[in-house]
Amino acid sequence: MPRHRNLVLAHLWLAFAVFAVAAVFGVWQMWVRSPLHAPYENPQNYFLSVTLHGVSMGYVLTTFFVMGFGYFVAETALRQALPWMEGAWIGFWVAAAGAVMAALTILSGGASVLYTFYPPLTASPFFYIGLVLVVVGSWIWCAIMIAAMARWKRANPGQVVPLAMFATVANAIMWLWTTAGVAVELLFQVIPAAIGWTDTVDVGMSRTLFSWTLHAIVYFWLLPAYIAFYTMAPEAAGGRLYSDTMGRLTFVLFLLYSLPVGLHHLFMDPEHSTGFKFVQTTLTALVTVPTLLTVFTITASFEVAGRLNGGPGLFGWLRRLPWHRPMVLATGLAFVMLWFGGGGGLINMSYGMNAMIHNTSWVTAHFHLIFGGTVVIMYFAIAYQIWPQLTGRAVDAGELAQQRWQLWLWAIGMMVMTLPWHWLGLEGQWRRVAHFDYDDPLIAWWGGWVDLSLLGGVMLLISAWLFIVNLARLHARQPASQAGPQPLHYAVPLHPITRLPAALNGFALWNVLVVVLMAAAYGWPIGQFIAQPSPAAIVHHVDRPG
Amino acid sequence: MAATEQDVQRSEIRWVVWVSLFVLIIFGLTVFAALVLHRNPPSNLERIDPKTLHLSGEFTEPNRGTRVEQNGQVTTRIVATQFAFVPPCVVVPADREVTLRLASPDVIHGILVSGTNVNTMVVPGYVSQVHTVFRTTGNLLMPCHEFCGLGHSQMLARVRVVPAAEFRPDAEGRVSCAAP
Repeated sequence: MPRHRNLVLAHLWLAFAVFAVAAVFGVWQMWVRSPLHAPYENPQNYFLSVTLHGVSMGYVLTTFFVMGFGYFVAETALRQALPWMEGAWIGFWVAAAGAVMAALTILSGGASVLYTFYPPLTASPFFYIGLVLVVVGSWIWCAIMIAAMARWKRANPGQVVPLAMFATVANAIMWLWTTAGVAVELLFQVIPAAIGWTDTVDVGMSRTLFSWTLHAIVYFWLLPAYIAFYTMAPEAAGGRLYSDTMGRLTFVLFLLYSLPVGLHHLFMDPEHSTGFKFVQTTLTALVTVPTLLTVFTITASFEVAGRLNGGPGLFGWLRRLPWHRPMVLATGLAFVMLWFGGGGGLINMSYGMNAMIHNTSWVTAHFHLIFGGTVVIMYFAIAYQIWPQLTGRAVDAGELAQQRWQLWLWAIGMMVMTLPWHWLGLEGQWRRVAHFDYDDPLIAWWGGWVDLSLLGGVMLLISAWLFIVNLARLHARQPASQAGPQPLHYAVPLHPITRLPAALNGFALWNVLVVVLMAAAYGWPIGQFIAQPSPAAIVHHVDRPG
Repeated sequence: MAATEQDVQRSEIRWVVWVSLFVLIIFGLTVFAALVLHRNPPSNLERIDPKTLHLSGEFTEPNRGTRVEQNGQVTTRIVATQFAFVPPCVVVPADREVTLRLASPDVIHGILVSGTNVNTMVVPGYVSQVHTVFRTTGNLLMPCHEFCGLGHSQMLARVRVVPAAEFRPDAEGRVSCAAP
């Protein structure tokens, strides 16, 4: 049993508890937007709820899950204790205090600015300070991950860093770069305005700084899923990882190309030229590459497993995979959702075509499908995979069946919810409103589709709670008598790496390239506001009446 | 089924080539749409002071709404403000190029026009501009699609697209929803 089990469990339970509550708010929001009459329906409650749902799912679930899983990987993949255990707990409590502070501020009604802020709208400073504390806690995690890998490399000179840890550190470094944009926005623009030190804000600048963070942050959420694809799924399927080197390359590409692409969130903005929008379109096109590499490598790894089990023919191996294992099933379902979500993403990134769907339900559908679908279903699978290690209790067949039920319900619910959203988005259903006037003949036909998506949301809520029950039941059981759970092994590559370029065993070179790419992609888009600030907008405090 | 390390490498490289081709094709289509069809996102980089735009200049009361300029260009000017569009209804001609110009005196807004590809953010400090041709006649919805405060959901305008024959500017070139 890992030495750091309490640390890991604290992070993961906090993440999942917040997730289970935020799912309720999500379903209520869909109910409000539907033709059906929802209780507590008014704009104050609606936007409070949207803010709480976004902050909980986007900042709290993800950050705590990534941290907890990272600590687990650092210990189990490197087979060494964490470098700074006290620091890890300090990081946890700082981030937890920040999350509580932000949540209380939202619940008081003083922070209904959604989780993407929108200055010159300005919430209570406690909201932003709480979120900054969450980020500060995660920075401590980043430092510990980097130190753990450095210490392992010193102790094992010339050895290849295990892929799971290499990927975790890639994510930590990416996160440090990612948070720089929003940190500058909050510390220099938004918090001074929220406190009242300044009464205007350069909106062009704040939107651009936020865009720096806005795309890479989703890869921060996503990478644990990819770590599971590469290092857990092939083993669970009973096969080998097809190529370890490709895995490393994938994580390096994510580090490089997730950052200089944020302007694609600002395609419809007037403060940037077509030139830089086009530059970042090009870079965005490149960020599809690591995902497409992953789809190939993991499918090939599964094929190896299926054929080892005697699967014949072109597709016979698919039937011979151990789909009864949650990790294998979740990977399959995640890929299906990735197919739809990724396809939608290609349209979002396509420059002029973005005008079709910008700020419509299509976008909401896209990120729910990719994040809520592909990523979160892998969070479930990872939890199911490591829970026996953390609790010392083995899972029986009945519990496995219940885990599979939960995963299926999640995937089907996600499709039922997001396919109507995609369709309505194409038809122009706009985002972020508390209600639609279904008496308007132009949109009356939307009602049935919105009701259908609400049904998907209810399925997701049931699945979310079933997940919590599944995890809690393992805790409640007696520990396994003597044998205990099977020890966890990370996937072994088909051909063990004997030689590896030093560049793929560390991040020095890649950090230099990040600086170069960011200077090229964001140098002028940010510099223009320093050279000539936008005409300032007056700060609007949402936490002060009148 | 690949067996040796070289086989694995070869198959991976083959896949990288396919992936690169796929990305290049998508990218090529984007370039084609941008350069040949002129499908570019609205990016006019035109600044305006949100604190004074209602006091002087093109977004003052008499200039809002649709107007046929001296050179025959149809321009529609709209102020997006918490929580309404001013004017809340505009008339535009079908099958003729129309330029929409929007500005915000307060917070961030955004618009789309239902059933069309008209879409832009309205960011305080900037004039947003979209060129378009409306192909079908009738009433279209123009909602605010960016969160702008608790009244965001009520922020909804109408775009009335009329056939060329019914598009009758007054002496100053203006056309409004109120006119008969």
